[in-house]
Amino acid sequence: MPANRTFQVKALSRVEGEGALYVKLDGDRVEHVELNIYEPPRFFESFLRGREIREVPDITARICGICPVAYQMTSCYALENALGVKVTPEIHALRRLLYCGEWIESHALHIHLLHAPDFLGFESGISMASEHGEAVERGLRLKKIGNQLLGLLGGRAIHPINVAVGGFYRAPNPRDLKALLPDLEWGLEASVEVLRMVSQFEFPDFEMPYDHVCLKHPQEYPMNHGRVVSSSGLDVPAAEYEEHFQELHCRQSTALHSMKVPEETTYLVGPLSRINHCFEQLSPTARREAEACGISFPSNNNFHSIVARAIEVIDAFEEAIELVRQYNGKLVQSRVDWEPRAGEGFHVTEAPRGLIFHRYRIGDDGLIAEAKIVPPTSQNQGQIEDDLRAFVPTVLSFDDADATRRCEHMIRNYDPCISCATHFLKVEFDRGEQPNDGSSLPRSR
Amino acid sequence: MSEKPKLAVFKFASCDGCQLSLLDCEDELLAVADAVEIAYFLEARTEQIAGPYDIGLIEGSVTTAHDAERIKEIRQQCKFLVTIGACATSGGIQALKNWQDADEFVRSVYATPEYISTLGTSTAIADHVPVDFELRGCPINRQQLLELIASLLQGRRPSTPSYSVCIECKRRMTVCIAVARGVACLGPVTQAGCDALCPAFARECFGCFGPKETPNVISLTNHYQKQGVDCAHLTRLTRSFNANSPEFKEASDLLSGEQPSADTGDH
Repeated sequence: MPANRTFQVKALSRVEGEGALYVKLDGDRVEHVELNIYEPPRFFESFLRGREIREVPDITARICGICPVAYQMTSCYALENALGVKVTPEIHALRRLLYCGEWIESHALHIHLLHAPDFLGFESGISMASEHGEAVERGLRLKKIGNQLLGLLGGRAIHPINVAVGGFYRAPNPRDLKALLPDLEWGLEASVEVLRMVSQFEFPDFEMPYDHVCLKHPQEYPMNHGRVVSSSGLDVPAAEYEEHFQELHCRQSTALHSMKVPEETTYLVGPLSRINHCFEQLSPTARREAEACGISFPSNNNFHSIVARAIEVIDAFEEAIELVRQYNGKLVQSRVDWEPRAGEGFHVTEAPRGLIFHRYRIGDDGLIAEAKIVPPTSQNQGQIEDDLRAFVPTVLSFDDADATRRCEHMIRNYDPCISCATHFLKVEFDRGEQPNDGSSLPRSR
Repeated sequence: MSEKPKLAVFKFASCDGCQLSLLDCEDELLAVADAVEIAYFLEARTEQIAGPYDIGLIEGSVTTAHDAERIKEIRQQCKFLVTIGACATSGGIQALKNWQDADEFVRSVYATPEYISTLGTSTAIADHVPVDFELRGCPINRQQLLELIASLLQGRRPSTPSYSVCIECKRRMTVCIAVARGVACLGPVTQAGCDALCPAFARECFGCFGPKETPNVISLTNHYQKQGVDCAHLTRLTRSFNANSPEFKEASDLLSGEQPSADTGDH
């Protein structure tokens, strides 16, 4: 092996959006690690200024096609906070159901098509289907059921149109929802099988002293409400989020990195953090199966995130079944009325990839005067780089291609959503003179 | 069947939602992967098979100088180039920056603006290279995507409607919200393809499939103005996910200039 090696991935695959990895080694020492987010910036916070309050959830959905609901929901709650609107328990229940749909869809996609291929030695879910056809088909059906929930509640799975500040434009038809019950019940059983499958994977022995950050709620598994907690002892209301977390802008990225302040340390958000903090709030089946799966929580190995996702899919199915059974369509109103007024509001929810923060200021003209959006991946970006610095030395005995592949696998633990973070991620591995160019990239970078 | 047609999916400035639509074809995905070789699709697979490609699906708009060059290289590699979605077809929501000072935009989002390189505009793929077919929508309709792939395999032109959302609304027997409730709805001038979703959920169409063939947007907005709809609201309505499509742009520019316009008439 040459003394100065470079590992690089010019275009990360099986992630949402565009990023690259660059790692430069000086002997066994990691000289430089860069997760380069080169996806072009899109400036949502600027577009939102001067828009109507009711337009915001339609616009913020477009930040991410994989998790539009997380953006819509956080916008709605934050604006309701500014307007002094409190939604009814029925609307809250439907919102949780919508969130269940998105968690199922997003997690099933990541587990089966994006992440499992790394553990099973395939370059894609599609090629994995040649040997693991049943597992892939099961995953696709789970994903489809999540999308069906989104369709019934939101009108469509990508960029739902039925989400409004105050509630829903139209309440879903209880008959349509109840017709989905057999599929949801199948989904609950199938997701238990998925957990059993993924918990048998071989996990690299790689632990980090993560500061796990997520929402925590005394009764509910955290989706749309709760206090912000961290392993380092933080326990604050959403309103204080910005006092403890700040976004910094680095040269290699069109996404903003978040840091915990004042200590300026990285932290982890996402399914592993949620399971670690909120095991007690999991649904009964999710908890029972999690206890039996052979991985113990709390875990500081983010390769276990695929297990955490599978547990959350069980949880989401079980909760969805309960919510659909309880729903009778008799809402007093599908949407709480409100009048535009000046004010400021913020909210934190849990997107599939982790904590998401929104703040809006409404001007005297009733239009959006200022918007701030902190997506999960920009919060994780610093942690991904910290992980790489610690992980790279463990893969030095492998050749460049294999070491690079392992680093990419590690990055996928985060299910990074680069489109989100650009309100944007890049892997390159630099081992010095030897060009690592096995790929036939049809584009130049 | 070693010579399956090669399909490639490329991303520009976008939310990934339209390419996700291909993975959202849960029932058909494995069949599609059987019928065509998914040769380049970073979101779904690591292996990258070199071009040329038979079908190139382009998601996203051009917002950087680098991307303006990249699309030209891609065009040369693709026999049939299809834009998928509002970003690729008209510039997307990020085209709102075309109306503003991009430097000011960068400053307002990023603390260290000198690290960001971006063009002042977000433009449609067709503004840079010839496009063979476009799939509309924010996001696209996956049935239309399947129709596109099937038609290309069969060697025929894809069949997607060019009429307005109103036709779909009537077919669904949704009560017209513009007539019954006086809500400003872009259905009459927006291309069908969503199955008139928004009116069916008791809200206005906000034009996410872009203008239909020969729309008369200004006549429609004039009509709404006469009904008392606020001009600034109409500006925002026509200036969203397809803001940069010529017909919507013309209307929103006229509205924001608050110039009196000649009603061209036929609504």
